[in-house]
Amino acid sequence: MADSTSEEYVIEVQGLRFRYPSSEREALAGVDLVVRRGEFVGITGPSGAGKSTLCLCLKGLIPAGELSGRIQVGGKAVTRQSAFLERSALVFQDPETQIIGLTVAEDLAFGPENLKRDPDLIRAAIPRMLHEVRLDGYDEAETYQLSGGQKQRLAIADALILEPDILLLDEPTSELDPVGKDEVFEVIAQLRRKRDVTVVMVEHAAEQLAEMADRILVMDDGQIVDQGPPHVLYRSAATFHRPDGERAPQIAEVLFGLLQDGLIDESEFCAREEDAINMLTDKLSRHHVRLASHG
Amino acid sequence: MAEPVQLQRMEPAIDVSEVRFRYSASGPEVLHDVSLRVEQGEYVALIGQNGGGKTTLAKHFNGLLKPVAGVVRTMGVDTRGPSVAELARTVGYVYQNPDHQIFAQKVRTEVAFGPHNLKLPPEEAARRVDEALELVGLREYADEFAFSLGRGLRQKLAVASVLAMSPPVLVVDEPTTGLDLQGSRNILDLLGRWNADGRTIIVITHDLALVAERVPRTVVISGGRIIADGATSTVLSEADLLGKAFLRPPQVTRVAQRLQKFGIASDVMTVAQLRAQLRLALGE
Ligand SMILES: Nc1ncnc2c1ncn2[C@@H]1O[C@H](COP(=O)(O)OP(=O)(O)OP(=O)(O)O)[C@@H](O)[C@H]1O
Ligand SMILES: Nc1ncnc2c1ncn2[C@@H]1O[C@H](COP(=O)(O)OP(=O)(O)OP(=O)(O)O)[C@@H](O)[C@H]1O
Ligand SMILES: [Mg+2]
Ligand SMILES: [Mg+2]
Repeated sequence: MADSTSEEYVIEVQGLRFRYPSSEREALAGVDLVVRRGEFVGITGPSGAGKSTLCLCLKGLIPAGELSGRIQVGGKAVTRQSAFLERSALVFQDPETQIIGLTVAEDLAFGPENLKRDPDLIRAAIPRMLHEVRLDGYDEAETYQLSGGQKQRLAIADALILEPDILLLDEPTSELDPVGKDEVFEVIAQLRRKRDVTVVMVEHAAEQLAEMADRILVMDDGQIVDQGPPHVLYRSAATFHRPDGERAPQIAEVLFGLLQDGLIDESEFCAREEDAINMLTDKLSRHHVRLASHG
Repeated sequence: MAEPVQLQRMEPAIDVSEVRFRYSASGPEVLHDVSLRVEQGEYVALIGQNGGGKTTLAKHFNGLLKPVAGVVRTMGVDTRGPSVAELARTVGYVYQNPDHQIFAQKVRTEVAFGPHNLKLPPEEAARRVDEALELVGLREYADEFAFSLGRGLRQKLAVASVLAMSPPVLVVDEPTTGLDLQGSRNILDLLGRWNADGRTIIVITHDLALVAERVPRTVVISGGRIIADGATSTVLSEADLLGKAFLRPPQVTRVAQRLQKFGIASDVMTVAQLRAQLRLALGE
């Protein structure tokens, strides 16, 4: 039994608590989380909720401070003493913490070189990675000259080039233009079609998250306060749909309104754009027919 | 003294005329012949693809960058004249990355830096600092270390530091990056209120849904050129044009355009508008 669990669950967190040295509050105040192999888990929640702290812990980069609870990643316990977690990669919230190379190509090569990967394969991978994040031709550009969004694109490529089994991303698209956001989600979707990659992604872009995530967690004050698959979670009035609520996809807000107006029922609620268009098209056509047959 | 002030009031807040810019003599041109006029009291969104030139253009407004060709005037003053510190009284600029702006240890000290530089009397400076911290919702963090705040709170700190200087023109470079919905709305509401008080606001953002809800005029920049400039509702409903700048209309607009054959208006911009349209179409 124990064996099959660690096979199925690549991330297991139990009763995780963490406090930064200078702080009175706990940044993580009892987090329990299991993630299945190949699952795409989204995390959202207000500023200061503890999302980044959780990402750092999952990557084994436990910050200085008081830690208790259990973290297991890829079947191995994560502690301050544990070895570098080679199978996982983290895209940091601030790309400038991550980018260390002088040029874009040097920066991309740094990670895999450190892992002693084949230099020829690294060289071949660089243009491919730059293409994935729409930075074609930027190989020799100096990293300090990149715009905010271009730096973020590079930081994502830095993680992808490591070909991790577990991809952790901390608000990787926050500075990307709208099409760029879609492209990053598409790159991850392709990756998951090719390999059994597990994805944990902190993200405020609710619309894209709703399209891709199997499950979304909402964090607040160091805890997971709500979770579910998009079409269920985004119906939650406690978390969304109020002035100080979290961001839901616009279409989910519209459908939540129609639900309240009694114009659709719960089984018709959805959070994905195409699902919503199909549902509404169907409903509006039937409505038209009815009106026509009456009139 | 009254007269020149009167005259200055007639000047546009920002007047960019045929500006070209490159970061180094050998580097590529990043702004190509850009002209843009923003009147005093306007609220304008500057949107466009990554690397399009938004930050580069915005840094011209307060003289952080000077044009290679062409002229930039803020409140009638050529930015090549005064120092950046002098221009900072007129144009406040909130950096895209808050860490490029924050350098004090404590939150309060950081926000006090501007008023201190303006040589305001201590009581007035303290009042401004409290007010700015209150406005962005950071009062309880006043005595914390700036770098112990999460990214979202540092973003708010960067905004507060510029608000405390109370400049008549405010340029904010992606203030909602990494903020939750409430935080983003609060910042845009705050900018809206400042605008209602007569200040000129220019906001750079990728959050087109918020732009549609709150900002009347939108300028699109792509490949170092302004490719559209007009009423937000007009600019944001032009999918082809937005596509050129790697943008897309808000989700409700996209959905509305797919439901046109049922009589749903194609220029729907907000959640409230689409809900009202569907309510009408599904009612009876
Ligand atoms: N280096 C640090 N030292 C002290 N406190 C910290 C440090 N980093 C974060 N904190 C605090 O820990 C809490 C959780 O922060 P964390 O960065 O994990 O939140 P977050 O959910 O990622 O927020 P954001 O959305 O702003 O990125 C916050 O109260 C924050 O102020
Ligand atoms: N310091 C610099 N030195 C040289 N080139 C630069 C520098 N800063 C920016 N650039 C280049 O100028 C162009 C415009 O960059 P800018 O930062 O203005 O874009 P932006 O529209 O603000 O993009 P983003 O949405 O990613 O913030 C980009 O091609 C960028 O690589
Ligand atoms: Mg964070
Ligand atoms: Mg920028």
